[in-house]
Amino acid sequence: MEGWINPYYLDIIVFLFINIILGLGLNLITGYAGQVSLGHAAFYGIGAYSTAIFSVKIGLNPWLSILLAVIITFLLSAILGLPSLRVREDFLAITTLGLGLIAQSFFKNAKITGGAYGIDGIPMPSIFGHELTDVEYLLLVFIVLLVLIYVLHRLSRSKLGQAWTAIQEDEVVAQSMGINTLYYKVLAFAIGGAFAGVAGALFAHKVSFISSDTFGFTLSATLLSMVVIGGLGTIRGTLFGVSVLYLLPEVFRIFDIKIIDPNYIDTYKMILYGLLMVIMMRYRPKGVFGRKIRHQKRAVKD
Amino acid sequence: MDALLEMKGITKRFGGLTAVDQVDLIVKKGEILGLIGPNGAGKTTFFNILTGIYRPDQGNIQFNGTDITGFKPYQIANQGIFRTFQNIRLLKDYSVLDNIKLGLFRQTKAGAWSSIFGLRRSREEEKKVAEESWALLERLGLTDLANEAAGNLSYGNQRRVEIARALVSHPEMILLDEPAAGMNSEEVESLSALVRQIRQQGTTVILIEHNVGMVVELCDRLVVLDHGVKIADGDPNQVVANPAVIEAYIGGQEVTEVVGD
Ligand SMILES: Nc1ncnc2c1ncn2[C@@H]1O[C@H](COP(=O)(O)OP(=O)(O)OP(=O)(O)O)[C@@H](O)[C@H]1O
Ligand SMILES: [Mg+2]
Repeated sequence: MEGWINPYYLDIIVFLFINIILGLGLNLITGYAGQVSLGHAAFYGIGAYSTAIFSVKIGLNPWLSILLAVIITFLLSAILGLPSLRVREDFLAITTLGLGLIAQSFFKNAKITGGAYGIDGIPMPSIFGHELTDVEYLLLVFIVLLVLIYVLHRLSRSKLGQAWTAIQEDEVVAQSMGINTLYYKVLAFAIGGAFAGVAGALFAHKVSFISSDTFGFTLSATLLSMVVIGGLGTIRGTLFGVSVLYLLPEVFRIFDIKIIDPNYIDTYKMILYGLLMVIMMRYRPKGVFGRKIRHQKRAVKD
Repeated sequence: MDALLEMKGITKRFGGLTAVDQVDLIVKKGEILGLIGPNGAGKTTFFNILTGIYRPDQGNIQFNGTDITGFKPYQIANQGIFRTFQNIRLLKDYSVLDNIKLGLFRQTKAGAWSSIFGLRRSREEEKKVAEESWALLERLGLTDLANEAAGNLSYGNQRRVEIARALVSHPEMILLDEPAAGMNSEEVESLSALVRQIRQQGTTVILIEHNVGMVVELCDRLVVLDHGVKIADGDPNQVVANPAVIEAYIGGQEVTEVVGD
């Protein structure tokens, strides 16, 4: 089966799915709970480094490492999110940006994260002694993605989703209805962060080598623009936004289109996304899939 | 009857301005209390203190035997005090039904896990929330508007939806900030009837209102604030005949004219 699929395409799809998971987590924080985050890559990195440390440096089973990484990311997101969420909403973009920068510089300088070298030799997980192939890993990532889409869908319709909606629309009202707003904001941060932790762990075991460059501000900003352009607070929006904007530069690479210098593709990418954001804000502020009237839940009439 | 709410020496300053000044208030269970006073008298500030949005600079609040001074707004709501806002605060892009369901938030328990796995408890709860919200809509004659975006409703209906949201969880006490503002006389009539119904269900009511005719007819007792100071407290007919109260209102109007508000 492996033979007739170009492994390069396979990788692109795996990375696309991982980016969608990242986008879903960010959308949970920013789209569903209304808390702007410019530091999402930090949690991606925490997930990736945690599983790398557990599986390489401590020698734990990769599956167990991934599980621990997700739990750690959940907890750290809550702890790191708490001070940011206490400040006034206008500062949240700045504090999360700072958080992202601090996290990246920690990855780059700390001993435990392998400093500037990063961590190498992150093992591929196995099932019954059989190491997953590329196709099997793609399948794994796909299943995880489906599960997380389902989780986000359920959460958005739960008591948590109701609290997030109220917080996003009017915090005073939310509090007046008995909603502990800080608690639910921290919870959004923690769950959204845990999504990024899953993505980071899946990424680490896919590439087997990680370094701090991956987990920087460029990624956080790119993700935010993907989610905003797709439409905040909708799952379809994130699927669309991340897919289109992630695949666009790849198309240029695959077809070897030379209109732009491939060395500057990241720069052009940022300019394009920035431009798209401005256009969206002007003409479709709720994103491609944003709807005007939103129903938390279809009304039941009887 | 027992005192449900007991406030002592409540004071709130904004810089040099004392918006609420040493106010004492006792509210009995089952009462309909009117809170009146000229513009800027401190009525809304008083509600904001009672609901925890502002912390009083001085004073103490006892509710149902609990000291709730310094409680956060959500904690106060969970004690059973709900409110409406002078400048209506509905989730405008969401349906009327969603807005009312929000009022039942404190009564639902199903958390993340039981929602993710679609456990029976969370399904049953969802059903109960929908039924209770729907029942209240029926009672208020708003069923036709259930799926409308709240922001598209007429002013009067928005006020009713906001009251419904505050009411749906059967709170101990409900605070209404100028609920009749912008209503015609017919709507005011039906609002009065609704407030009486609210009391019937066992909820104590404090009502801020400029419509003096309405409050005199509706309330068991009136309290008057002027420049943050409580200047009268008693039987509605006697309070509105009180020279100090009349003076406060006329004086207030003069100030309004001079300021050209
Ligand atoms: N957050 C605030 N900061 C500064 N001053 C405030 C604040 N809130 C209220 N005030 C001032 O406190 C005084 C009382 O205001 P408040 O809104 O309580 O009056 P009110 O009795 O509700 O008036 P109205 O009938 O016009 O609604 C006013 O002078 C107002 O300007
Ligand atoms: Mg007021």
